[in-house]
Amino acid sequence: MDSKDLMKKTEPQKILSVSALARVEGEGGLFIKMDKGKVTSCELKIFEAPRFFESLLIGRNFHEPPDITSRICGICPVAYLISSIAAIEDACQVQIPEYIWNLRRLLYCGEWIESHSLHVFFLHAPGFLGYPSLMEMAKDFPKEAAWALQMKKAGNTLIQKIGGREIHPVNVRIGGFYSSPKKLDLRSLLDILKRGLDYSLLALQWIGLKFNFPDFKRNYTYVGLKHPKQYPIERGIISCGESQFNAKEFEKNFIEEQTTYSNALRWKATDSRSCLAGPLARYHLNYSLLPAFLQEKLKEIGLEYPCHNPFQSMLVRLAEITYAFYEAIRLIEDYEPFSPSFIPFDPNPQTGYGISEAPRGLLYHKYELDDKGCIRKAKIVPPTCFNLASAEDDLKKWIETHSEDSIERMTLDCEQIVRNYDPCISCATHFLKLHIW
Amino acid sequence: MVMKKLAVWKFTSCDGCQLSLLDLEDELLEIDKNFVISYFLEASSRSPDPPFDISLVEGSITTEEAKRKIIEIRNHSSILITIGACATAGGIQALRNFASLQTAKERVYPQPELINVLPTSLPISQYVQVDYELQGCPINKQQLLSVLYSFLFGFRPSLNSGSVCMECKMRGTPCVMVSSKTLCLGPVTHAGCGAICPSFGRGCYGCYGPKETPNSPSLSRWAKEKLSIESTVLKQAFHTFNCIADGFKRFDEED
Repeated sequence: MDSKDLMKKTEPQKILSVSALARVEGEGGLFIKMDKGKVTSCELKIFEAPRFFESLLIGRNFHEPPDITSRICGICPVAYLISSIAAIEDACQVQIPEYIWNLRRLLYCGEWIESHSLHVFFLHAPGFLGYPSLMEMAKDFPKEAAWALQMKKAGNTLIQKIGGREIHPVNVRIGGFYSSPKKLDLRSLLDILKRGLDYSLLALQWIGLKFNFPDFKRNYTYVGLKHPKQYPIERGIISCGESQFNAKEFEKNFIEEQTTYSNALRWKATDSRSCLAGPLARYHLNYSLLPAFLQEKLKEIGLEYPCHNPFQSMLVRLAEITYAFYEAIRLIEDYEPFSPSFIPFDPNPQTGYGISEAPRGLLYHKYELDDKGCIRKAKIVPPTCFNLASAEDDLKKWIETHSEDSIERMTLDCEQIVRNYDPCISCATHFLKLHIW
Repeated sequence: MVMKKLAVWKFTSCDGCQLSLLDLEDELLEIDKNFVISYFLEASSRSPDPPFDISLVEGSITTEEAKRKIIEIRNHSSILITIGACATAGGIQALRNFASLQTAKERVYPQPELINVLPTSLPISQYVQVDYELQGCPINKQQLLSVLYSFLFGFRPSLNSGSVCMECKMRGTPCVMVSSKTLCLGPVTHAGCGAICPSFGRGCYGCYGPKETPNSPSLSRWAKEKLSIESTVLKQAFHTFNCIADGFKRFDEED
């Protein structure tokens, strides 16, 4: 009996269950109920065991959140370092000089390159081409896999040179850095960064022209940072729908939801609309700040602006890799070592807010300090908290418009729809198995 | 040479240690030629196909389901290697072992009753026999490579079991405790990172966990006397990524 027969048997109400694979991690699944072709409920479950970071931080010294919270994510630790530092510096009302912000931006460029390369080539591309992994894809696409590995390595090398190591860098502290890198050490990276930029353009050409992206659009509410002068990475002002506000007003503009079916909290706009964070949102809000050569390239490969197709987030991610290489080269060419390497300051019994653009989107930190410099309260909102709700809305629309597809087809597509968001449970990338009851 | 069948598993953790394998950009495709990567959810959609010659395990055990799963993995694996501070020592999330779980749930979740976890975060070795432990938050990817190839060729891995302090001396970095009176856990911390922090003028913060036979009480006493470090600061310095590891847990007690 094929799967469609199974679906018809339960008419008019159909229940689709995408349960977790027999495995240990990122326990996620999808449960969908349909009635007369309409999705009546769609639940994207995340069972990843909670680690209670916001509780562990209470009572810790105000110097500690960067190193502790970077352990939330081994793929984007720099984002956690920078958002937490910005929040503590905000509480203590310290002005950080531009040269320190520039080095933070440079470090962050390394993370965008490394994390985006991992997602585009290791997680997303094999799904479009029908391979289980990049390693297997590499056998048929050796040249393209080599670009991917070289780009990823360049991003990691940049983080390692500034931060000491790729995963959980050690050279970042509140007020600045433990030590400012030598000019020659950074300039020695220019070669691999310039080559990386070339590879990213080749990859844009390859993926833009050769991959088939499903024709799918949704009317998104984009949430992301905006900045008057540069494509936002390490700082900016929050933009959501029609409104713009700073990090301090974050919790007034969004609502937090806990569902009965998931360990991950969800954040939505105050009218309960889901919001999309990440590359597609940044592209939408800041397209005009991309360099002209990149805008030209994107036109050439057929990536439109505006782009509301979540599958094409892959191209936007690649464009952001190109941008991060371009920006890293510029920042290194302008770089001068500085001393002292950080601005010393005393704690202040205030609440501080920090926000930056993690590779997957907006990352918000809030800390309340006491007069001894200990954390009294902490709040952290990672981008996946926005994107889970948005992914559910994508899945609903997809399933309603593709209800005649085979279960095999629908499983693959549902997996790619979740993967479009690069959800920060990295294994959420290969975790769906579709059953119909 | 017979290819070894490799599986990579994750429990409660940040993904960083298994990412180390993918961060071996120059070696990855070569590894794929020498090992059958049978199960690696972060990188491949292949379903598990037991038994396995080598299982790499990341993360700590924090749920009932995980307790069942790790026993199953052990039963299907010839060699089980834990990678990183979470799997080897409970990780940063083991800080919650010192406090009330109910309080932790209430601080983070609007509906704490929906969260179902064990009262502790514990290392893999609390539940099953472990053949080799690779310390570090995160692990050193070159050490991971060395361990994998040791097992491929049938050797026991031979990694430096000394301290970060010794790595620092070999590197020729001036001592941060002597030169800038900065607290450094290097003398009691397991080698492996290559003494990165002192090379940036920062004291070691112990992310590789205790070395063999660490004398933490002596370092604590010294830090109090010579560097005027307060007890609360010392306690927090030891209570991070390896907070329940013997040697760091009782950092200020005389034996």
